[in-house]
Amino acid sequence: MDTLLPQLFAGLSLGSVLLLAALGLALTFGQMGVINMAHGEFMMAGAYTAFVVQGLLGDPGASLLVALPLGFVVGGVLGLVLEATLVHRMYHRPLDTLLVTWGVALLLQQVARDVFGAPNIDVAAPGWLSGAVTVAGVALPKTRLFILALAVVCVAALAFALRATPLGRRIRAVVQNRDLAEASGISSRGTDRMTFFIGSGLAGVAGVALTLLGSIGPTLGTHYIVDAFLVVVAGGIGQIKGTVVAATALGLMQAFFEYSTTASVAKVLVFVVVIAFLQVRPQGLVTVRTRSLA
Amino acid sequence: MRRSTPSLLPTRTRGPRLAAAALAALAVVAAGGCGARVDSAGSAGAASSSAENADCVDTSGDTVKIGFLNSLSGTMAISEQTVHDSLQLAAKEINADGGVLGKQLEIVTEDGQSEPTVFAEKATKLITDDCVAAVFGGWTSASRKAMLPVFESQDALLFYPVQYEGLESSPNIFYTGATTNQQIVPALDYLAEQGTTSLFLVGSDYVFPRTANKIINAYARAHGIEIVGEEYAPLGHTDFSTIVNKVKASGADAVFNTLNGDSNVAFFKEYSNAGLGADEMPVLSVSIAEEEVGGIGVQNVEGQLTAWNYYQTVDTPENAAFVEAFQAEYGDDRVTSDPMEAAYVSLHLWQQMVEKADSFAVDDVVAAADGVSYDAPEGTVVVDGDNHHISKTSLVGEIGDDGLIHPVWTSEEPIEPDPYLEGYDWAEDLG
Amino acid sequence: MTQRLTALLAPGRTRALAGFALAAVVLFAVAPVLLSPFRLGLLAKFLCLAMVAVGIGLAWGRGGLLTLGQGVYFGLGAYVMAMHLKLADAGPGGVPDFMSLYGTGEVPWWWEPMRSPVATVALVILVPALLAGVLGWAVFTRRVRGAYFAILSQALAAAFAILLVGQQQTTGGTNGLNGFRSFFGYDLADPVNQRMLYLVAAGVLLAMVLVARQLMVSRFGELLVAVRDAEDRVRFLGYDPAVAKTTVYVVAAVMAAVGGALFVPVVGIVSPADVGVVPSIGFLVGVAIGGRATLLGPVLGAIAVSWAQTSISEQFPSGWIYFQGALFVGVVAFLPGGLASLLGRRRRRGRGDAAPAPEEPETTAPPSPVPAGAHTGRTAQGRQP
Repeated sequence: MDTLLPQLFAGLSLGSVLLLAALGLALTFGQMGVINMAHGEFMMAGAYTAFVVQGLLGDPGASLLVALPLGFVVGGVLGLVLEATLVHRMYHRPLDTLLVTWGVALLLQQVARDVFGAPNIDVAAPGWLSGAVTVAGVALPKTRLFILALAVVCVAALAFALRATPLGRRIRAVVQNRDLAEASGISSRGTDRMTFFIGSGLAGVAGVALTLLGSIGPTLGTHYIVDAFLVVVAGGIGQIKGTVVAATALGLMQAFFEYSTTASVAKVLVFVVVIAFLQVRPQGLVTVRTRSLA
Repeated sequence: MRRSTPSLLPTRTRGPRLAAAALAALAVVAAGGCGARVDSAGSAGAASSSAENADCVDTSGDTVKIGFLNSLSGTMAISEQTVHDSLQLAAKEINADGGVLGKQLEIVTEDGQSEPTVFAEKATKLITDDCVAAVFGGWTSASRKAMLPVFESQDALLFYPVQYEGLESSPNIFYTGATTNQQIVPALDYLAEQGTTSLFLVGSDYVFPRTANKIINAYARAHGIEIVGEEYAPLGHTDFSTIVNKVKASGADAVFNTLNGDSNVAFFKEYSNAGLGADEMPVLSVSIAEEEVGGIGVQNVEGQLTAWNYYQTVDTPENAAFVEAFQAEYGDDRVTSDPMEAAYVSLHLWQQMVEKADSFAVDDVVAAADGVSYDAPEGTVVVDGDNHHISKTSLVGEIGDDGLIHPVWTSEEPIEPDPYLEGYDWAEDLG
Repeated sequence: MTQRLTALLAPGRTRALAGFALAAVVLFAVAPVLLSPFRLGLLAKFLCLAMVAVGIGLAWGRGGLLTLGQGVYFGLGAYVMAMHLKLADAGPGGVPDFMSLYGTGEVPWWWEPMRSPVATVALVILVPALLAGVLGWAVFTRRVRGAYFAILSQALAAAFAILLVGQQQTTGGTNGLNGFRSFFGYDLADPVNQRMLYLVAAGVLLAMVLVARQLMVSRFGELLVAVRDAEDRVRFLGYDPAVAKTTVYVVAAVMAAVGGALFVPVVGIVSPADVGVVPSIGFLVGVAIGGRATLLGPVLGAIAVSWAQTSISEQFPSGWIYFQGALFVGVVAFLPGGLASLLGRRRRRGRGDAAPAPEEPETTAPPSPVPAGAHTGRTAQGRQP
């Protein structure tokens, strides 16, 4: 009992981090079939944005609030550039996209190393996020509550954008039938770009949030990218709810496995569970019924 | 868009037979080629006879080559670049003072790329292609273990500047960082003095923490300290909420931290967010030096303890000169740390050994090593000719709000190196 | 010159044999004479990496299976061999040094078979073959493909590296296994034996290239390409794509494992840093640059990239990363057939022949059921004659 509640929170919190990292991926990978290995580096760019903003503004509280939208823009613009220069040539070659974006990731890491230096840097958390809130005898760190809330906001905003805005309608139309959408006067190129912008922007937001938890270095993205892809793959494609459920499940699994074994074993166990799960449901948790052969 | 067939459907031939014949011929060539020349079958274990590289070191001119082998790229570049900087500083000073035996040092730099296999490869290159008189570098245990067979089989010299897990003494390596009885054991002595009766061990999942924790467990059994938990995080682990939950639930008097690199940041942020601090449950770290404090954020580690043999704040004239020279070379915002100092010392010790031996030859240098001393920034150090380590004073320090570490306890005297902990009764069962 | 190089890259019969003979002469006669022992040792290491590339060329270039986890099989072969060398050095009944230092001082039962040289050679092949067979069959019969398979294989590599690190008592942890003294009784420090190892590596690589060529020109090779380009059509024709895919996956795994097993005595160390996610993707770089669907493209690409990495990074550590990254991105994005396709294109232009070099497998299955309709619709249309 002593440990159940704290671990439940740890799992949910880890799930929210994974969700933030995976949400943008779910959009670009799931809805566009583009495997963006540089997604982690967009997160890194968001984290460095937070660092730069804090250097300019000084006050941690204000700079966090400025860095969140700015991180979205920085990540999004990087995504736009990537889409416009490389990815749009390769929509019919998803596996090659994976490799190309991996190469881009390597380059971005080296750029970060040359610009910001190899040593890790620290972004101070605002005072109103230090310490913990005690609920039912369990100390919940405020930073983690903030990230949990941020993840919920991002999911809600994305769901709203996809369901209720003209842009969201266009995105869904292009995803469901590109040719018909084009025939109806929708610019599929423009829609692709906006999708990529939003997906990459979410990575930037995730990066800003991560500065509250850990270190910021050129290799920040590599720590998250494999896990984030697993979330997307396990969650199934084309539906945000699959991603949400998968992220939460993976976070909880990691937390509880880790509590009863060790961190290393827990990580391996999570991988094994996901691989086994895909045996049962090769298309992931939530699938969209289609007539496709896959 | 028509896909033409020829390239996809190549003509079918009697290929298999031809190929098999060709392969058989090749096998014969290969087997014959080596079978005839092998002359040392079964002589495994004997020291290699390929020590002719001693002649390969060119001392005829007015320069002599030495090699610096640090990771300048990859994950370890963060730490190893600093060691590389202080090695360069030492070389510059020695050259300005007239060099070694009147010869200017010529530096050959190689990048270990944070990968053990590359360290082994580059070490071979430095020894056999560049013919350097000695190599300075390495950081992780993995890189040292990878280089060790190279230096032993080529009979060359390596100076290794980082505190490590002990249980090793190669005739071809000089260890200028602390071994366990100069860092971990004194740190435990300090904690015991402070009345600590229960400890939680947190470490990264690799050789140094696991070996260190083995020693800590043995020490604890003998000194009535209870080990209430032992956790390892994979390298690069980013989520420490579970481990911190376990630490918090354990109610230990103190935490002994052997986490490496980035993980410290996530751990300490989580630790202070969970409402833990130096007052509630002090953390004693053995891998956090001045360089790392900035990356973790001073506010997260203020008041926590570290154990090393050198801090930038050490009050000796040699240290004042070292810090001043280093900051003059690389900028006032740079800090100096234990591994940097140990690297700086290693080059000076090699100089002393060579001048005592009056020779650059590996055998002469090794023979002259015993008793060589140097007034290092950390205090006077003396080389032990038997185990190739050096005597060091142990210092427990507290991280201050200025980002520097201030000594709060010292072993008073230099501790003789004892890599196999032979002088400690409680360590009998180890290794 | 272009003619001759091109000959090496395309799987035609006489040209391939001529190219093969040329390669044999270069590897067995020219390189050992020209290169210093250190450089020859490096070349031997690159040849081991090239063995992995041959397998990837088959699985990815021909079969369309983008495997991001070849490090697992490379590592299995390497660790089996490394443990044999450790046990052999320890002598009959002996315990390797690291086990007594970090572990219980006992050899676990699952390492015991590695005491026997014969069992070791067999296990180097059987263990990865079995794992790849089971995994491949399970995954491919469930029609996990394209990006899903890539991500899964990457997760496998990540898990494998973490497992190796975590089991320090029995695998050496991050240090890996090193400090070998002998290789099947031959002293590893002896330069003559190092040269012998090089020759063995060269012979094995050539043998693998032969095997790869035979597979490419066989019926199986055709089926494989068909599965790559239109898996559903193959299934409608009555073939089971899972069989072809599993087979090529196993072949690639065994090739990677043999490369790993030879890597160990050549380099003298294997550690988790050689088998994780990053080295696993690294194996693909040379293959992609050289030309994934050709016979010798992957081999030459892997050797050239490793060679360039070593020599360029000696001078410019960070410049190398930019150069390699940019070259890789450029080739994959704009020249999917690799550098080999450049040569092929020039030759065809000379002959006035319109036959394309093997193109990139463009119809690797779209990852999602939703875009599947859209994308296959589009690509299928594009491929209409």
